[in-house]
Amino acid sequence: MTETTQSIKQPRATTGGWYEFATRHRASIVAAVILIFPLVMPFTALAVNILIYGLYALGFNLVFGYLGLLSFGHAALFGTGAYLCGIAIVHFGWPWYAAIAAGIAGGLLMALLIGVLAIRTRGIYFAMVTMALSQCVYYLFYQAVDLTGGENGLRGINVRTIDLFGLRIDFINPMIRYYVIAAFVIAAFFVMSRILASPFGAVIEAVRENEMRARASGYDVTLTRLLTFVLSGGFCGLAGALQALHLSIVPIEILHYETSGLVVMIALLGGMGTFFGPMVGAAVFLVLENIVSVWTVHWQLIVGAIFIACVLFFPAGIWGTLIARGKR
Amino acid sequence: MAGLSFDLIALQLFAGLALGAIYVLFAIGLSLIFGMLTVVNFAHGAFYMVGAYVGLYLISIGGNFWICLVAVPIAIGLFGLAVERVLIRPLYGRGIDYPLLLTFGLSYVMVECVRIAFGKTGYPFDTPEVLQGAVDIGVGYFPLYRLFVIGATAVVLLALWLFLEKTSFGLIIRAGARDPQIVRVLGVDVSRVWLIVFGIGTAIAGFAGLLAAPLQGVIPEMGGTILAEAFVVTVVGGMGSIGGAVLAGLLVGVVVSMTSLFAPEMAKVSIFALMAIVLIVRPQGFFGRAGLMS
Repeated sequence: MTETTQSIKQPRATTGGWYEFATRHRASIVAAVILIFPLVMPFTALAVNILIYGLYALGFNLVFGYLGLLSFGHAALFGTGAYLCGIAIVHFGWPWYAAIAAGIAGGLLMALLIGVLAIRTRGIYFAMVTMALSQCVYYLFYQAVDLTGGENGLRGINVRTIDLFGLRIDFINPMIRYYVIAAFVIAAFFVMSRILASPFGAVIEAVRENEMRARASGYDVTLTRLLTFVLSGGFCGLAGALQALHLSIVPIEILHYETSGLVVMIALLGGMGTFFGPMVGAAVFLVLENIVSVWTVHWQLIVGAIFIACVLFFPAGIWGTLIARGKR
Repeated sequence: MAGLSFDLIALQLFAGLALGAIYVLFAIGLSLIFGMLTVVNFAHGAFYMVGAYVGLYLISIGGNFWICLVAVPIAIGLFGLAVERVLIRPLYGRGIDYPLLLTFGLSYVMVECVRIAFGKTGYPFDTPEVLQGAVDIGVGYFPLYRLFVIGATAVVLLALWLFLEKTSFGLIIRAGARDPQIVRVLGVDVSRVWLIVFGIGTAIAGFAGLLAAPLQGVIPEMGGTILAEAFVVTVVGGMGSIGGAVLAGLLVGVVVSMTSLFAPEMAKVSIFALMAIVLIVRPQGFFGRAGLMS
């Protein structure tokens, strides 16, 4: 399985040595980078954020980069994961691992609901319908005050320690917290790598490259799209659940369409349809946001301008551009 | 249900039409731009919002509402022309997602610029004095300003219809929507036509923002909410169809105002339910061509 659209068209033998190596061991490389990552970051909270948004972008990239559908409603998947994880802990007193499972299930289920409707449309309409439906989810969670806390957000998700095989791990310590979350993110990257390398992963890209031909080859295009969207929901749901555990609160803004737009920016910045792109994008975006927000409160102005420049001049994103250079 | 008379429902229906008129204006600009340029303008909400703020600014420096009605669409339209020329034109032929992503980034920049200029909090927007009060429309008293909104929308629609159907430039626009290739072969500068269509679409968005300002006040985030709702309108009406946008816009307005009468907590959700039904029953929308969407 190769990484980008361009690489499919090229014969495999021409790809460079480091690139070949990186593709084969992509999940292990991500794992290694994630493990040493907090040591080079200025503070751990930022590193945790990058992990979570990187995972969120990874799930989004499955639909945007690999399937070729632009979704503007991924906040609903991310947010539902966070809310269900939080609700499981706050209202039902579930243990942390069950709450994470609830978050993943929430992401999958919400993706199924939105997917069934949105998959009926195509191309540009997909972006509009997913955005509208996620706005609907926003209002629903906003109004279910008893469960979600409404405008104030869901408070009181206090997970202080994590019990694992008799071991009691302190979840308050930022470094330990980072590695606990990192374990989940690394696992997700391995699963994603496996999905993309499977025959099903090839079908996903076939649908993006040529829908008619995929259909003629006997693949159910609609079902592939729906299944991919639902899988994406699982990854985003996990990211949301981890976000809920990390923040101890689920703000209602997590469902706002700006959260959907954020992941679009991250994926495009990093390089859509590349394996490392989402992580690179999340790291660059959040570090940038951190630097700019120290300097001015109007960081959205800078971020928007950089994004415009990206669309105009670097549509392949940071990682996508690097790959194109490396293969020359 | 006690207290729900026929008159009350009729009044609510009219209120829905006034709300729907704003949706119609917003969605028509969106639809016009999409139909011609195949660009989904994610910054349409930002143009709408800037229209309201320009009105606010003009009034604060001594202008009145009537001057705004003329000046705001011109100002926003000129701004739209500049945006198309500088930012969107380089992206033609590079895939349908790129203009969408670019205008999304642009909306961030526009919203933040307005926050810098006017602050993060919203402002009330006074209804012009002549249009204050209410008039008897047979079933009860109805706010005069809402009636004015319906009337102004009708005027804009009529002007747009005349422009598209009765002028030679309108003919070029309609031909360009059908087949830009042939129009180009016939010696028409299509990129100039696209430029002007984008300008018209954004001018109408600015006008809609100004009309909506006295109803809802102005805040920098006002564009984002209506954008999602306008997507519902375009999906329900059929993308690229002006008639569809009018019918669906009014329908969405009436659905919102009726549900807020009977089940206020469901008012915001109801229009998305409407979209879900339309997507299941008729994915191409009321007037959309079959096959364009699915």
